[in-house]
Amino acid sequence: MNVTLFIPCIVDQFFPQVGINTYRILKKVGCNVDYPLEQTCCGQPAFNTGYRKDAVYLAKRFIEIFSKYDYVVAPSGSCVSMVKIFYEKLELPTDSQKKLAELKEKIFELSEFLVDILKIEDVGAKFSGKITYHESCHLLRELKIAQQPRILIKNVKGVEYVELHESDRCCGFGGTFSVKFSELSTILTADKIKNIEQSGAQYVVANDSSCLMNIDGVLKRKGSRIKTMHIAELLANGI
Amino acid sequence: MIQESPAYFKENIRQICKDEILRQIVRKATLLTLSKRSEVVTEYYAEGKDWEALRNQAHEIRKKTIDNLDTYLTELEGNFKKNGIEVKHARDPREACDFIVRILGEHNARLVVKSKSMVTEEIRLNDKLIEAGIEVVETDLGEYIIQLAGETPSHITAPAMHKSRDDIGRLFSEKLGVPFTNDPAELTEYSRRFLREKFLKADAGISGANFLVAETGTVVIVENEGNARLSTTLPKLHIVITGIEKVVPTLEETATLLKLLPVSATGQKATSYVSFINSPARGEKDARPEKIIVILLDNGRREIYRKQGVREALYCIKCGACMNVCPVYQTVSGHAYGSVYPGPIGSILTPFFTTLNESKDLAYGSSLCGACSEICPVKIDIHHMLLWIRSYAVRKKYTPFIERLIFKLWRMSMKNLFIFEFGRSLLKLIAPLLGSQETQLKIPIWSDNKDFPPLAEKSFHQLWKEDEVWKKNS
Repeated sequence: MNVTLFIPCIVDQFFPQVGINTYRILKKVGCNVDYPLEQTCCGQPAFNTGYRKDAVYLAKRFIEIFSKYDYVVAPSGSCVSMVKIFYEKLELPTDSQKKLAELKEKIFELSEFLVDILKIEDVGAKFSGKITYHESCHLLRELKIAQQPRILIKNVKGVEYVELHESDRCCGFGGTFSVKFSELSTILTADKIKNIEQSGAQYVVANDSSCLMNIDGVLKRKGSRIKTMHIAELLANGI
Repeated sequence: MIQESPAYFKENIRQICKDEILRQIVRKATLLTLSKRSEVVTEYYAEGKDWEALRNQAHEIRKKTIDNLDTYLTELEGNFKKNGIEVKHARDPREACDFIVRILGEHNARLVVKSKSMVTEEIRLNDKLIEAGIEVVETDLGEYIIQLAGETPSHITAPAMHKSRDDIGRLFSEKLGVPFTNDPAELTEYSRRFLREKFLKADAGISGANFLVAETGTVVIVENEGNARLSTTLPKLHIVITGIEKVVPTLEETATLLKLLPVSATGQKATSYVSFINSPARGEKDARPEKIIVILLDNGRREIYRKQGVREALYCIKCGACMNVCPVYQTVSGHAYGSVYPGPIGSILTPFFTTLNESKDLAYGSSLCGACSEICPVKIDIHHMLLWIRSYAVRKKYTPFIERLIFKLWRMSMKNLFIFEFGRSLLKLIAPLLGSQETQLKIPIWSDNKDFPPLAEKSFHQLWKEDEVWKKNS
């Protein structure tokens, strides 16, 4: 199966290992993996802040680059939501709209692609530790992906899985929200961290580097020993 | 001081973020309501009923109604008149208040009892009545507490949600001169004693409406305390003031919405009272009310109707569930918004009830988590409409110049790989000047409260170009 990687900006610039591990997992399960070098951002920061005209430029560009492939996979629920759900809200030229209709059917978040498309529930990873799972808002409420990550995490050998209380409650990131309403955002993150601490987990796993960056930022500032981990990093362990 | 204007949203939040007691009170209250709600929803499924199907049905009802608003309003008005109910349209708060004051004057009304109504808050009716020398008494317990405290409601269905039992006990003892107690039953008894007398003496009753049934010309009021029924049946005159969007085509469709409203609002399967008011009292001598007047308020609602991006906001049945479930509302509570309607739905309505420029920050005060849309009983796409409001503010150029510039530059850099890579190199170069270390970048504001990761040594892009991704795999 031919798979094209869509690597979100945050992963590209700050957490390239998440991209590398996504590549490794897809290779391991037998995919041919490609990465179009001309890709940049899907336009979400502009769209979310209200700059739809600016987002249109990048959406057009994104659709042009990715619509020619069989499958597009990204290690992010948020960026896939942008393409699948939010692009429709932009005033795109007819040509882009047509291509978008096709692209929407073949773009997937990593855990969704593994479980729903490839029908793989165990990638053969091994990891020893107590893990809990935070549900990223876009992954859960835009893409309705809730069970796939849990299935994959639970099937990693050596993992002790605990559910997180209020796992579906926002971590407080919200893009520019976290800067425009910094104190408030930090309180929401503190609420999340309290729940993570009470779960007794050593690691909190999520499918979006943005949420993890936010949670990790407060954990580090607190000097906490709890670590954040992208699901791709977990699933690539020992494969 | 918390300012009563959405323009102060950010300042209000900054203050409230320091008030841990308030946060605890509101968090506890919202979570309690939510847990009651989910118990009822679970029960629903256990009984073989489908809550989701009911939500879908309600969405369709509201969509049909709002899409054909004028048709149903015409039908409603015709049937009101047939039933002997007078109808008046008001474009804005001033028109509505002037009309009410005039009517009360014509009826020599000196004392007015009110049952809970957010629209009267929207038009600031109480202030106008007091100015006109009319005594006005709130009879819903929550509203009564708020009136005693000289405040505004912090939640549309639980106006005194931000107050603890102790707060209320102290307030009652201070304002009513009763001994301090924090026992809800005793506090209710005190207010009852005071309010009974007012009900009996009142010259007019003012209420809102939960639904207006077009096919029958009926005003539907949902409540738990019986105060709305007393306010609307004891005085000679009953004035209803509500928004034009409250119309529902048929009684049957009203029944569907009545299944959803109490569950979503308070976690009850049904409220203690549902009044269906069809006409003034007929026939019997001294029967009340002798007269009913319904005022239908626009105040920006038609503007919402005309904007396809937010028209769904008019589907709202004012249950308040989106407030209860919103992490932001749970944390900052209603007064922070500085608007009559707080929370997610309030952030869409307020720009149309006030001005976009003063209330644009509201739509940005959301992490866009979507919990509001998920819980909404009529399936309003609330968080997507917050995005629309943001884009509306950008289109009107109400956002800071520097922000607009940043997005222009950002767009350019993202379109051109060369500039993109150049920008990255530049950032790497100047990062140490900003106080950044190998373990973290210093980002203004963000870094006040949390760490920011460092830029990776090489981006994924570079690694791929240099075949490093493949090497790291083997």
